[in-house]
Amino acid sequence: MIDSHVVLRIAKDKAFKLLIIICSGLMIVPLLLILYYIIRNGIAVIHWDFLFSLPRPIGEDGGGIANALVGTAMLIISASAIALPFGVFAGVYLAENRGSRISDAVRLCVEILQGVPSIVIGIIAYEWLVVSMGSFSALSGGVALAIMMLPVVVRSTEETLKMIPDTIREASLALGVSYTRTVLKVIMPAGLSGILTGSLIGIARIAGETAPLLFTAFGSPFMNTNIFKPVDSLPHIIFNYATSPYPTWHAKAWGAALVLVIMVLGFNISAKIVTRRWKVQF
Amino acid sequence: MESAVLTVEHFSAGFGDAEVLKDINLTVQRNRVTALMGPSGCGKTTLIRCINRMHELIPGATTSGRILLHDSDIYTLNPIIVRRKIGMVFQRPNPFPTMSIYDNVIAGYLLNGIKIKKSDKDRIVEESLKKAALWEEVRDRLHKKGTFLSGGQQQRLCIARALAMNPDIMLMDEPTSALDPKATAYIEQLICELKKNVTILLVTHNIAQAARVSDYTAFLYLGELIEFGTTEKMFTVPEDKRTEEYLSGKFG
Repeated sequence: MIDSHVVLRIAKDKAFKLLIIICSGLMIVPLLLILYYIIRNGIAVIHWDFLFSLPRPIGEDGGGIANALVGTAMLIISASAIALPFGVFAGVYLAENRGSRISDAVRLCVEILQGVPSIVIGIIAYEWLVVSMGSFSALSGGVALAIMMLPVVVRSTEETLKMIPDTIREASLALGVSYTRTVLKVIMPAGLSGILTGSLIGIARIAGETAPLLFTAFGSPFMNTNIFKPVDSLPHIIFNYATSPYPTWHAKAWGAALVLVIMVLGFNISAKIVTRRWKVQF
Repeated sequence: MESAVLTVEHFSAGFGDAEVLKDINLTVQRNRVTALMGPSGCGKTTLIRCINRMHELIPGATTSGRILLHDSDIYTLNPIIVRRKIGMVFQRPNPFPTMSIYDNVIAGYLLNGIKIKKSDKDRIVEESLKKAALWEEVRDRLHKKGTFLSGGQQQRLCIARALAMNPDIMLMDEPTSALDPKATAYIEQLICELKKNVTILLVTHNIAQAARVSDYTAFLYLGELIEFGTTEKMFTVPEDKRTEEYLSGKFG
């Protein structure tokens, strides 16, 4: 009687363990499928010319995505230049003033900001910058992406700095070091790997954003390095090529998708490496 | 020849409405070890954190009375200046995790942006580590991270870091409470060695440690200074009944 009960329980345990193993195993499937399709369809078009030349009109062979690569780089750099300083310092404040009402309010706003749909952020950037400056531009796209990136940077900075023991801060203050220098030279270096990881994950998050760019960076078939002018971007070029009626353009969309995925994976993997290599032991 | 380095006069401190220290009077003599002992929660840590102005970092902290370092009231000085003159060693070793052993020792100079020559740096590092009895163990790995050392070595590194600033007085907040008995014995031996040149105020909840290393002992109980005098006298003929009960293990 008791024996059969125990046997049943052991069997249930085994079944449950099997279930969670299968569920977690399934997590690998979508990524592998995505990579498989993108590589199978995209690898054929990737060559020197594809990466380093500009798009050609329909009917002409060849042409590439150089404009989109430069555009994406400009968008990422301008978004980072805005989001990193603001985000990191806001994160420092939140970590340093955990219980204050301002930090509770800021934390709440940052959480909500994270949930704002990207298309809405795009509209806001359009209203603010495109309308007031009279032109679509890389800058307006950068601002939209910066707003999307901020929550990730703020939260990861805060979480990282919260892990640093108070004793380290006290060691510095007890040596007669000012608060500013304690934060800049003791606390932030100790949290550098986490801050960098957060920044890389933030960049990975925005690199593939399309919606906010539709009416900010807009797109351009030309090589443009002026941040006040429209630029193309990888996600945007994928959208345009994939929705076109031409099979040669479809192939280009797959190629651009492959480049984008490799880029995003690169940011994510670097984030992992930074976390592991630069880990500070307390 | 006794001369006072630090004088605490009618000093009280607390958090908000809660008074943690009540009317403390105490004198710390030059090149002597003064022990602050008492049961947990008696205010010993608060007292030394008042002495280097760390107490006020906690929101709601209050103080009244005077603490004189030589002749100047530290509460009229800038806290940053006070903390440079008063070194502190904490309960748990806390070397800077991003710095090498070498940089940890001169952290007081590096972090404060005080420019010193390379030769002076080398000299300060060597002297401080020798004083902290750590030089022989780390001389060939000065540029490794301080956090790779053992707990006892880390604590001696923290002592070296405080010594490097040539403090007028060293505060030690239960410096051995996180260490094993062997490392504890080593630190105690070091304290006895250091007092030839350094004034030390040592917080301990370990009665035997106070007896072993200190010249003067102050007994704090529930925020009051019950008794203060030479260690020898307090451990042989305590004046107050509570001191006697504490020393004989009736409470604490």
